[in-house]
Amino acid sequence: MTAVASQVLHGSGVGRGAVVGPVARAHPAPRVQQDQPGPEDREAAKRAVTEAFAAVAASLEQRAEQAGGTIGEVLGATALMAQDPELVDQTRTRIDAGAAAAVAVDRATAEFMDLFAAAGGYLAERVTDLRSVRDRVVARLEGLPEPGVPALARPSVVVAEDLSPADTAALELDKVLGIVIEQGGPTGHTAIIAGQLGIPCVVRVRGAAALQDGTEVAVDAAAGTVLVDPDETVRANVETRRVALATLAEASGPGQTADGHEVALLANIGTAEDAERLTDAAVQGVGLFRTEVLFLGRTTAPTEDEQAVVYTRVLRALAGRKVVIRTLDAGADKPLAFVTRQGEENPALGVRGFRLVRTAEDLLRTQLAAIGRAARETGEQPWVMAPMVATVEEAAQFAAIARESGVATVGVMVEVPSAALRARDVLAEVDFVSLGTNDLAQYAMATDRLLGELVDLLDPWQPAVLDLVALTAQAGAELGKPAGVCGESAADPVMALVLTGLGVTSLSMSPAAVPAARFALARHTRARCVEIAEAARDGRTAAEARAAALALVDPEVREVLAL
Amino acid sequence: MAQRTVVVASGVGLHARPAKLFTQAAAATGLGVTIAKGDGPPVDAASILRVMALGVKHGEEVTISAEGDGADEALDGLAELLATDLDAVKPA
Repeated sequence: MTAVASQVLHGSGVGRGAVVGPVARAHPAPRVQQDQPGPEDREAAKRAVTEAFAAVAASLEQRAEQAGGTIGEVLGATALMAQDPELVDQTRTRIDAGAAAAVAVDRATAEFMDLFAAAGGYLAERVTDLRSVRDRVVARLEGLPEPGVPALARPSVVVAEDLSPADTAALELDKVLGIVIEQGGPTGHTAIIAGQLGIPCVVRVRGAAALQDGTEVAVDAAAGTVLVDPDETVRANVETRRVALATLAEASGPGQTADGHEVALLANIGTAEDAERLTDAAVQGVGLFRTEVLFLGRTTAPTEDEQAVVYTRVLRALAGRKVVIRTLDAGADKPLAFVTRQGEENPALGVRGFRLVRTAEDLLRTQLAAIGRAARETGEQPWVMAPMVATVEEAAQFAAIARESGVATVGVMVEVPSAALRARDVLAEVDFVSLGTNDLAQYAMATDRLLGELVDLLDPWQPAVLDLVALTAQAGAELGKPAGVCGESAADPVMALVLTGLGVTSLSMSPAAVPAARFALARHTRARCVEIAEAARDGRTAAEARAAALALVDPEVREVLAL
Repeated sequence: MAQRTVVVASGVGLHARPAKLFTQAAAATGLGVTIAKGDGPPVDAASILRVMALGVKHGEEVTISAEGDGADEALDGLAELLATDLDAVKPA
């Protein structure tokens, strides 16, 4: 067997697209050979590392100035790390003790990386910056090209071990056909950006490091595969799917099953700009407007006036369509300067979401007043819901405050298992609920959403998570109140069918995922969706649940969406 | 040895931009300034890595120390910097 010709690499796909193109490798991080001998001339080696650190700092500084904005800030701080006196001193000390220059750089940075990783949170995210300093300094010492994404001469599939936020920002998106990453996770930065832009992307691809510059590959995000040297059949198949997906994207009707049972297809947004992009989009409204962006990175809370301006823009952009606004979901892991919290050991379990009402009720009241004003000014009737509600008392408290502020339709998110288990009682206090499946999975499975290596536990197909969703949807049906889903699981067309079968009344997702969900719904009756949901719930494992559901999906839908 | 104890005012704590501005200013004094969080051990205030690793959050106390000529003036300047919300002061 000629290994290369038929080689398939596997990973986790982001999105449904597929593409064929040549590989453009981001230059890999240099590997440091740990057992190399120390330098004969230690003084010369120390001069070389000092110069290398300074040159890397200067080059990062230059990129920081060119980039500007947030990325400029990040690069500027990274430049300062590259000339950190302790880092340089410790590297020099290691050379004095007999280490080779590259090994000294590697070990000295590793010490700080360990320190940062152990601290967790914000500092752990900075490990990537430190790693990029190490890679650049070592590459310079060894005369290798600067690590990172190269300038693309032609449309290409970018292949990398990992891409830092700065690398991703530097991508020439008009020439990026697809992205293949050896590490990272499906909720990582690169995956999210690729998903939003509709660029086929596969992450955690084992063996991606072996792909050579210029090699043709077929990237299939739906299947999570990268095929080396695809033959004509594969190329034709990819082209057919590209055309089919482009056609689906043009459909614009409301979401409904083949027999006319309506399931609203909504978009998740974070800013007024997102809302304005939806003005001509084929979505029935917004199922989740995350308002955090207004609050994060500020030192004082936005005033009622400032907030009202933004909410008004959103409601105007979507005039006549449904808009569900979620009140501030911030807390210990997304700290706000104006809601001071001392360090919490478990931020995901701490004072976040609606729980902030315990320490800063005025924040919530100001936000609700601003929403009320925007509603009056536009004549629209936004729905408003609170995040991280765990008990009936919390639901009742939020409903009371929101109604006092003039909100007509009040709801809560169901993302804590306790709220799902007692959905009937929670729903009795409010007008609707919305399932946040990402956090619901995180809390049901006791798994940090940010840990790529535990991604299997966060699978929305986990039977326990499906049970919680089913309980919530059932409570909605019994009380005749809407129960929607606004987690990313709604973006999986098979899951969209299961959710519909469970009785979920609306599906909110990134706008790019709506066409596939619309197509899948239109090809199945409601009764078939119920059968699919029952089959999924009979599964004992996440894999069994999805396989059982998939087996009942219409063959044409499976083919077009590559399910 | 001169010392000042200050409450960090920056919303994000002593990270990111505030950490950068502080370490640059500390380095510029040329005095070997150290910084400690609470009762913790002092670290080189000119090292952005050490300063970030302290994990100082908004509202936490730090003690800065220095010796030599002009130490008091230098520390006054640095203390003022720490007591300012550096995240709010945007570059021109």
